[in-house]
Amino acid sequence: MSSGRGSALLQLTLWRFREFIREPEALFWVFAFPILLALALGIAFKNRGPATVRVAVEEGGRSTDVQEMLESAPEIEAVILPPQIADDQLRKGRVALVVRPGEPLEYVYDSTRTEGNAARLVVHNAIQEAAGRRDVWEVRDRRIREPGSRYIDFLIPGLIGMNIMGTGMWGVGYGIVKHRTDKLLKRLLASPARRSQYMLSHMLSRLVFLVFEVTAVLAFGHYAFGVPVRGTLAAVAVVSFLGAMTFAGMGLLVASRARTVEGVSGLMNLVMVPMWVFSGIFFAYSNFPEAIHPFILALPLTALNDALRGVILDGASLSSQVGLLAIVSGWGVVGFTVALKIFRWE
Amino acid sequence: MIQGLLDPDQGTVTVLGLGWDGHEQELRQRMGTQLQETRLPDKLTVRETVTLFRSFYREGCTVDEVLDKVQLQEKSDAWVSKLSGGQRQRLAVACALVSTPDILFLDEPTTGLDPQSRRQLWGIINAFRSSGGTIMLTTHYMEEAEQLCDRVAIVDRGTVIALGSPRELIASLGAEDVVEYALEGERQIGHDELSALPGVQQVHSDDGRTVLTVSRVHQAVPALMRLLTERDVELSELVTHHATLEDVFLSLTGRHLRDE
Repeated sequence: MSSGRGSALLQLTLWRFREFIREPEALFWVFAFPILLALALGIAFKNRGPATVRVAVEEGGRSTDVQEMLESAPEIEAVILPPQIADDQLRKGRVALVVRPGEPLEYVYDSTRTEGNAARLVVHNAIQEAAGRRDVWEVRDRRIREPGSRYIDFLIPGLIGMNIMGTGMWGVGYGIVKHRTDKLLKRLLASPARRSQYMLSHMLSRLVFLVFEVTAVLAFGHYAFGVPVRGTLAAVAVVSFLGAMTFAGMGLLVASRARTVEGVSGLMNLVMVPMWVFSGIFFAYSNFPEAIHPFILALPLTALNDALRGVILDGASLSSQVGLLAIVSGWGVVGFTVALKIFRWE
Repeated sequence: MIQGLLDPDQGTVTVLGLGWDGHEQELRQRMGTQLQETRLPDKLTVRETVTLFRSFYREGCTVDEVLDKVQLQEKSDAWVSKLSGGQRQRLAVACALVSTPDILFLDEPTTGLDPQSRRQLWGIINAFRSSGGTIMLTTHYMEEAEQLCDRVAIVDRGTVIALGSPRELIASLGAEDVVEYALEGERQIGHDELSALPGVQQVHSDDGRTVLTVSRVHQAVPALMRLLTERDVELSELVTHHATLEDVFLSLTGRHLRDE
């Protein structure tokens, strides 16, 4: 409870900091939400050995024989259903494939779905084996459950990247627009407060929260799921720092002219939604066609996620990530420069 | 524009003997500002808000001193969102006063406040004035201007139409009192006849009421009464009051105050 002067920068930063921690909802979205998401997805995609494949056999003909043959494979669960119901279940994804007993046997499945393709392989194999086919080359399965290559390992750095983007853009962008609509920017303009210090205070308060939000998600992944942290913490810190500055700069950019909170929300989504989809948060971007890879790789969140995965999972050194970090920082520099040029104080 | 928030289309602005070009930082250090539309941050306490604004200035008083001045000491740990309208305005003024400015800009500081809060703010403003500070106050309340100001400029549709001390402006009416009356029925008395009454300086009608600006109310009212008796008309209403700035404004603009 001091009543002296203190530096303007410190007070401006404290202001941002207090506004944030006194908003319980903001705390939930920044800290609790990514952890809950990691928990839910971590459990949903836990390695459980080979998954059960659910298939349907159409009623009629030799359906009971086919069912028996399928059930001989431990990973297949087969039910006999009337044709219409079987089709319906397939459409809804309750079964991955429908077998029509007849001459020849017919597999009905959606080849664009992973489960459909997997079911076709498993079902075909089971039927041929039950019918007497013998393997000509002996094989042995070795299932990987090693930390570092599971889905949760892929997910945690992606969530950290997503969180850095979200809190950076919302924290800075929303905060500035709120100050603009409350005419606080105008009030500051009438005071001798330096504009640069106001901007800097947004950055600094971001940094304080960054430490907590990255640590929270990383520690959760590490202690709850055993996600390895192979690189140095310093390297993780540097990558996170650059990411946070870049997205703070982009937050500044989207907020630089918006007059209303609704306006800035729209712009935020315009910037963030493509990155949520393309930048490999929940699944690898290699799922997208080659043709758009250059575009995906140029996105700041893609580079940030790749760099985070590099240092966290592969233990990569910072120097090996220079290219990615340059992409991240480049967006930041462009964002800041343009934002400062077009910024509207009133 | 005087506060350097807008650039003038033409001409130059000089405040405290300094122009905005090249002296911006110094001027801002010496100015205190309260803007009408500012909403101070909801989630900060009163003390934190004042401390924030104090930190922008090289010189000034302590946060406690200024909280005492605006009588917010007991609310110092309350969030701004919990303050009443009057307390918020006092806080806004506190943020303007914390640098002990040479010139204080107040933009409609009492708009929307109850009479008690308004008196409280007037007290704060008067205290600053008597300590030697200059205040530039914008208001729609003529009563407020009359109470607080040494010099009043009346601005109508963007131009200054009168400038002077409240006393001078009222004296410019050439009369110190205003007599307003309304009559029963449809009949009216001609303006020429009213102007001819002793002491009557100006006559105008407003919404079925007749307003006379008079210099000698003790002569004008009996004369008006005699005239009305002669014409055999009854009064439905009669009011007299000392002339105020509001009368000056009305006689200059010919309209009631507008909300613009």
